Formats: sequence, C-alpha cells, structure tokens
Amino acid sequence: MSDQSHRIAGGLIDRSETLEFTFNGTPMHGYLGDTLASALLANGQKLVGRSFKYHRPRGIFSAGPEEPNALVQLRSGAQQEPNTRATVAELFDGLTATSQNHLGSLEFDFMSITDLLAPFLSTGFYYKTFMWPAAFWEKIYEPIIRSSAGLGRLSMEADPDTYDKGFLHCDLLIIGAGPSGLAAALAAGASGLRVILADEDFSVGGRLNSESYKIDGVSGSSWAKQALAELKSMDKVRVMNRTTVYGAYDHGIFGALERRTDHQKTSFGKPRQVLWRIYSKRSLLTTGATERPIAFGNNDRPGIMLAGAVRSYVNRFGVTPGKQVTIFTNNDDGWRTATDLVAKGVKVTAVIDARNKSASTPITGAEIILGDQIIDTAGRKGLRSITLKSGKVIQTDCLAVSGGWNPNVHLTCHQRGKPEWNSDILAFVPGGILPTGMKIAGAANGKLGLSTGMVDAVAVAQKIVQDLGQRPASYDIPTSEDEPQSGGAIWHVKDSKKRAWVDLQNDVTVKDIQLSYQEGFRSVEHLKRYTTLGMATDQGKTSNIAGLAIMAECSGKTIPETGTTIFRPPYTPIPIGALAGRARGKHFRPYRLTPSHKWAEENGATFVETGNWLRAQWFARPGEKGWRDSVDREVAMTRASVGICDVTTLGKIDIQGKDVAEFLNHVYTNAFLKLPIGKVRYGLMLREDGVAYDDGTTARLAENHFVMTTTTANAVLVFRRLEFARQCLWPGLDIHMISTTDAWAQFAVAGPNSRKLLSKIVDAPFDMSNEAFPFMACSELTICSGTPARLFRISFSGEIAYEIAVPAKYGNSMMGALMTAGQEFDAVPYGTEALGVMRIEKGHAAGNELNGQTTALNLGLGGFISKKKDCIGKTLSQRPELNRDDAIRLVGFKPVKSDDLLLAGSHFITRDEEANMANDQGWMSSVAYSPTLGHSIGLGFIKKGHQRMGEIIRVVNPSRGVEIEAEIVSPHFYDPEGGLQRG
Amino acid sequence: MIINHPLLGPRDASEFVYLGDESLINRPDPNSEDADDRFYEYGYLRDNPAGDLRELWYHEQGDRSWLVVTRNTLTHEITSVEMARDVAKAKGRDK
Repeated sequence: MSDQSHRIAGGLIDRSETLEFTFNGTPMHGYLGDTLASALLANGQKLVGRSFKYHRPRGIFSAGPEEPNALVQLRSGAQQEPNTRATVAELFDGLTATSQNHLGSLEFDFMSITDLLAPFLSTGFYYKTFMWPAAFWEKIYEPIIRSSAGLGRLSMEADPDTYDKGFLHCDLLIIGAGPSGLAAALAAGASGLRVILADEDFSVGGRLNSESYKIDGVSGSSWAKQALAELKSMDKVRVMNRTTVYGAYDHGIFGALERRTDHQKTSFGKPRQVLWRIYSKRSLLTTGATERPIAFGNNDRPGIMLAGAVRSYVNRFGVTPGKQVTIFTNNDDGWRTATDLVAKGVKVTAVIDARNKSASTPITGAEIILGDQIIDTAGRKGLRSITLKSGKVIQTDCLAVSGGWNPNVHLTCHQRGKPEWNSDILAFVPGGILPTGMKIAGAANGKLGLSTGMVDAVAVAQKIVQDLGQRPASYDIPTSEDEPQSGGAIWHVKDSKKRAWVDLQNDVTVKDIQLSYQEGFRSVEHLKRYTTLGMATDQGKTSNIAGLAIMAECSGKTIPETGTTIFRPPYTPIPIGALAGRARGKHFRPYRLTPSHKWAEENGATFVETGNWLRAQWFARPGEKGWRDSVDREVAMTRASVGICDVTTLGKIDIQGKDVAEFLNHVYTNAFLKLPIGKVRYGLMLREDGVAYDDGTTARLAENHFVMTTTTANAVLVFRRLEFARQCLWPGLDIHMISTTDAWAQFAVAGPNSRKLLSKIVDAPFDMSNEAFPFMACSELTICSGTPARLFRISFSGEIAYEIAVPAKYGNSMMGALMTAGQEFDAVPYGTEALGVMRIEKGHAAGNELNGQTTALNLGLGGFISKKKDCIGKTLSQRPELNRDDAIRLVGFKPVKSDDLLLAGSHFITRDEEANMANDQGWMSSVAYSPTLGHSIGLGFIKKGHQRMGEIIRVVNPSRGVEIEAEIVSPHFYDPEGGLQRG
Repeated sequence: MIINHPLLGPRDASEFVYLGDESLINRPDPNSEDADDRFYEYGYLRDNPAGDLRELWYHEQGDRSWLVVTRNTLTHEITSVEMARDVAKAKGRDK
C-alpha cells in the first residue's frame, strides 16, 4: 500500500495479508506479523501519546515489553483496554486504537501547559503543594489530583470476555524462547524431559528475529523456525508463545498469562486469556537482556528510540523509523545498527560514539563522530535535529540510542533474590537466593554474546537433566559468532543543561533524582517513591538502572553500594479479569441451595443470602402489602396451628465411636457423658480464650452414634475445630466423624398441631404421644411408607416442635408431603424472618448474640459451664475480668411507648446521663416486631441486666438520630416457663 | 507452596487451611496449679522465629488430616511434614 511511507523491503511480515486498522480514527494499513507499533511507524505515525506528568509529545521508544511511551487504548466499547503497549500488541484486521492522556487532540493537547509549568512541578510536587491548608485536602486537592491521575480510561462497562485458569506440570520450564532458550529446550527435550518453553512474543526466536546474525549458516530467524519445528515434533515438549511468565512463586510454581485471542478482532466466545499456574521441578531463565538508553537534553522526542528497537523494526518488520537515521552509542553493539540499516538501504546520517573508538566496518555515507555527546534535540512532535557538545547540529528524523544491555533478572528477584553488579558488562546479573530450582543462562545471566549464551544455555540444560536423574542426550550446539560487546558506561550526558529524561513514562528527569538526593532521600527505595521513578506501568524496565547510577553519582558511592529496588510480580501488567477467571459475579461464590428450594420458588418465596446459602426469607401471599404482612402471618399461623421451615443449613456432624461422649464432654461446656440413647441435649462451645463460640444440639441415636448440629455460619469451622480436638488434643480417643450437612434435608415442624401433622406421615408402629416421644427425644424411624428419617423433638420457636430429617434427595418432595399432610391444619411454610421473630420472642441467642465478644455469663448461660469437668475454654472463662460484677447480661427490651420501634445496634444509656461512650451501658443485638405481643421487642446486652428488670433506659442510635425509651424485661417474651414446648 | 502430605504426596497449599504454631497441640493440664498462667501463654503467646517454624496445617479440601509442617519463614522451604496425630501421640497426648 502506498500509504505505508516508511515500509521497506524484507522482514518477517506476510505482505500477502494486508490488515486495516485505525489510529485516532485515521484508517491505516499494515501486514500480518506487524505489531501496532511497527504498523504505526510504517505509516509514518511518530507521535503516539502524551507523557504522564508534563503531557510531552511522545513516540515509540522500544520494540518490546519494556515500552514506556507508546501506551494506547485498544479496541472500543466494553472491550476497551487502556495502557496497552503498542510494541507488543499484534496487529489484526479491524483493530482500533486511540491515544491517551490528552485534553483535546493528540496534536494539540491543552494539558501540555503543564510542560511550561515544569519549573513548579518538580519532584515531590504533590507533597510540597497539597499539604496546606488541611481543609483543602478532600474538597479541592483530591478532585484535582484524581482528574489528572492515570493514563488510559476504563470503559466502565462489564468485561464481556471470558478468562480461564489452568494448571500445568513439567520437569523443566524454560522462560524465554530466544537463542539460549531454544537451544536449551532442544537439549533438554532430546534427553526426554517434560519441557515447557514459554515466550511472551507471538513468534519464537527472541532477538534472532530482530538481528542479522547467522546460526549454522542460515539466518537467525530461519534457525529459530527450524528449532520450533523440531521442538513441536517432541511429544514431551510444549511450546507456549504469547505466554508471559509473570511471577516466580514458592517451590517452583510460576504464574503465566497466555493471550489466546488478543490477536483477533473477536474471541468468538472462547476464553480471551488463560492464567496458568505452572508447577516445575526445575526452571531455566533465558529471558535475555533489555537495552538501556542514555539520558541527554530533550531525549524524549518522538523519533528517539533504542538502537536495538530500530534494528527490530528494520530487520523483523520491514519498517524504517526514519529516513535519516543517526546513531548515538557508547558501545560496539550500537554500531551494528548502522551496518544493518545500510544493508537495508536506509540512510545513516551519522554515528556518534561517546568513546574515542571506531568500529572496524566503515559505514557508507555516514559521518563518524567520536568522543562527542548529544546535549540537546529539537522538533516538537517529531525529532528534527540534534545538537552535540561540540556545538555541531545534525538534521535527523530518527535517533537510535544504545547505552548497553541489562540482563532481564526480574524473575530471579521474586523470592527476594538480590542482583549482583558485574563490572565486566556494567550491569546487574542474578544473585542472592534464587527461586527454588531456578537456573539462569545466556544473556539473562550476563553472557551477552550469541555463541557464548547458547553454549552456556546448553550446558546448564544438560546439568539440569543430570540433576533430575536422567542421562543427557548428545546435542550439537549450533555454530554462531559472538558479536563485539565492549562498551563504556554513560548514564547521562553531564554537559547537557536541558531536562534529560530517565523515566519516560513517569516523567522523571536526571535533575529530579539529583534534587531528591539533595532533599535527603538516600535509600533507593525512598528515591523511587519520592520521585516515582520506575513506578509506572512499565515498572522502570528502561529507567531503573540509570536512576541508580545517577543516585550513585550524587552520593559518591558505587552502583552496587547504592543497591537496587526489589522487582516484584507481575513482570508485565495482568488484567484483573484473568486473575478472576471464571469466578466473577454470581460465580465468585456460588450459592448453595436448600433441598426444598424448588418448592419454595414455586410457592412465592423471597430468598435471602445467609452465608453461602440462599434461603427462603418469607412466602408472600396475594394481597400482602409488604414483607411484614407475610412474616406476621407466618408467625401467627405457626403459633396458632403449625408452620414448616427448611432448616437444612444448620451444620450436621455425624460422630461415631466408643469415646464420643467423653469427646463431647471436652468440646461442650455442659456434661454429655450421661446423655441417654434417644435423647437430645443443647450444648454450648467456647473458644479456648473463654468466649462463647457456637451452640447447637447433639442427639444420641445409639450407644456409639451421635449427631451434632451447629449454627449455619459455623458449620465448617466447628467441624475443623472438632477435627483439631480429635487429632491434636485427644488423639487417643476412639472417634470418627463426618459432615452430613448436605446429606440430610431437615425441616422444623412447629406449632400446637405439629404432632397431629407428623402423626399422619410416620410409619406404624412409631408412637408420637408425648409420653412415648417427649420433649428432647430423638429417634430413627421411617415415614411415608418406608422412607428412612430421623426425628428430633426440639424447639426453637417455643411451640411443640419437631425437626424431621430425610436423605437430601427426598427434601423437595418432603416439603410437599408435609404441606399436603398439613392442609387440614392450615399449615404454613415460614422463612428465616419468621424463624428469627419466634426465636427472639423465645429469647434464644443466635449469631447476633454469639458474636465473638460475649461469654456464657453474658449470655445468661453461665450455668452451662459444668463445674465437674474441664472443657475447651473453661480455664480462661474464669478470668476475673470476664466475671466482673458489672458484666453485661443478655436481657429483653420493650419500648415504653408501644408503637416505638427498637433498632438493633443502638446503645443503652441511663435516663440521667449524657449519651457518650463513657456512659455506654451496652447494646441492642436483635430486634423484631412481635405479632404475638403486638409491639417491638429486642434482645441486648446491658451491664448487670439481670438485676435491673423493670428499669427504664434510653435506647440511643446516634447514627440514625433515633432515641427512644425502653423497659428492661426478661429475654423470654413468650412462654417464659417453657410449658408449651413440653406439651 | 507445595506440601508433601505423608499419606497423599505433594499437594498444593491452596487445599490447606493454616492454623499456626505447633505449640497449639500442647494444651495445658487444666488441673495444674498454674493452669491460669499456662492457658494464658497457650492462648496468647507465640514465638515468631525467622527460620524454621513447626506449624499446623489442615487438609480441609482433602483428607481432613491435621499436619505439622516444618517451614522456613524466610524462604518457605518445607523440610518435614508429619501427621499431627502422630506428633500429638509422641508428646504423650493419648494418655
């Protein structure tokens, strides 16, 4: 296409596949195999974004994951993805991208005024400016900071894509499929190891695709292609391209993100990305190295880029970033840029080496300038010229900068490894404690030459094969050359008076670092946070080392003495969607449904989340105007005749063995040794610190067979504690237990007609009479002509009541059977609200009372702690502080004015004292409107409550601005003597 | 992390629930003279070593075994995994 003004011959792109895309609405073309960055450059688009702080015009700086500048918003609508690095975004047909962080157009950003204000926006600007007056913090400063913070914008719509998670296991995980990684994989694969070779790029080969090296007489990229084909023929080798290994975790576990459909216009309903957890016996890091820039005046203009990136664009993508390219280097490697460009017919204007040293090969048509440095550049939206220290001005539209290479040590630091300074290559190499099983080879280990790196990688791979007890197969290391590597360290041009950028993404300059040192920030960790160096989305991949070097200069220390900051996962940004995987929305924590859920749905239930469960809250009937109408009716009808409630959610633990009774004696406060067969007993559990933990009932079905119930909320936790007590505290007892919460559907049948109702469904000859099956009796039996069941005569409502359990598969039909049998009594289903109202009327403690702050004494259950035996929590429950005279006690409250409504969470204050914390007497834990009594009632804890019956106190709720008067009464509002439930 | 379960082999740490110091097995004798102090120490005082720590893990998403795992708190290296029941018995808790 003629519009690709900067496209040149060659490259690894497929020119037969033309792809259309738009940037800021302008239609452009590229080819299959392009990245968005290479396609933009091909179309002559130099300006691609605005910098974070000063809104400076910025262009493409690199050709890889280290990119600090070229961040764009990819796609549109709900799929919009901010801060996408154009240098790693694969081009696809129909791609849309827009630039970020400007007010108005990219070319005329109104926010670029901040660049003129730069003298006032120096480092630590926020800390210095937004300090006073304090009253401005929330209303004025925060909105200003918030509106100017951030680069891209979220769509604010739900992510329409799906994400998966997966687990992989291997002998050897090789991270990075450059020359070293490929050679290591071939060697390890030939020896029969299970190998995973992962690379973030879409084509394997690493720098081989960007350089003009030859391996075994063919081009590096051809060799990589052959190697890939060979690896794919090995059964135990898995090559994962488009996969970033982003974190090294404990015990050889790695996190990896595989991009499955990001290179397509749509994901066609398939998972967009997969988050892998890779379990490896060994890992080999062959992540190569990242080129580092040199800081000089105005070094951030579009058209200034890393020399290695220029080679990538020319060699791999067939694109030249400029028509008159200049090279600025401090090392031999930079010169290869000139050779490659000339070979592709690109005009090289000049090569400037900061050293007084020339490369051996002459560069056709280029001016060679030795021992000089760049101090300034010009060109607002694209480089026009550079100025040297010598005063010379060179017209150029692209400047390739090479400051040497830094090994990619990131993953070696994730378990607190500490990189070591290597003075031969003037860079940090892996050091300190490495992640379990990790070895490093090639450029990542400081072995920068191509041949050196491959030889090293194969040797390390074969050592790993031996370590894993296998015999290394012979493998001929491919022949290649080592490129010249010598160089000198220049981090920034000292003679430059203009602002020189170190961290391009966060707009941190050399001067900012010097200023922070002047202001007393000596630790690199402080420097980082004060200047924000390396804290942007690129995590300082091109800036951290230069920052350290400048800090070292300020302090007169060496770079290793100055130290490094710690690299943490992830290596590159990971979408939240990938971390969530399928666990989003309602799937984050799936509901558990009760056995009678279907029946409840069909019968007008409104549901409520209780813990993980979805339970029927009430069953509305036609004509009822609100939930209170339904709940009041359910209570009234239950107390008048009979009501049925699904109570399956209560925890059930089946405990068997010779020593169960003794075990229960240890875990419950009250005695269980003498619980007769066929009886149920209420039990209270404490924590070892003496605070009440949980309560429930335990039934003895046979000599060695017990069934315990727990509260819904604590079902899992109580079971865990019981296992702890069984295995760790009393391991000699003969007990076995299993959770049967899900195995049995259980229904409360309560009310004066409950016995008559159940008599209709129990099979003969079971005797339901009060004499044969009294209060707190239990039995196994059959119902409905042979269905196995368990019957417990326990009452939470205060009525004659039963709980009947059947195998869970019968649960839904059991609800129907109970309702059919109850038709003649006007039986009513009731939900959790009516259940709660009746338990408050009856004065039973529940979760609101057993809240982790209250003791048995507070709950009025002091008598339940047996004096004759030990139990968990008993010793510490006797602490004096927990047994003070003025300890809070659970009592009932009723409003003085009968139409006042009590509010849970209110605090109690005496009539003559001010309502403040010092005068706090306790709090209201549960309230309900009692249809039985015709007014609001409450349960709460108040100091010495049991001695204050009849006292009028104030119930104060400052957060709702409500205060009413209430009388302290017995917590047992309904049938305090308990005669009804025994009837 | 990977915990090498004595019965089930290597299992991912996400299958386990963490409790804390193995000393929680040493529930004091409630009848001892200084039971108050000993329960106070048992309940509230923990060593916090930089190095090897013997700690309790529960295989809740597995066979429900309580395990005593010796883990280096600095490196997360696990050097031994025992059945807590065996450890408790060895401490004389089955008497």
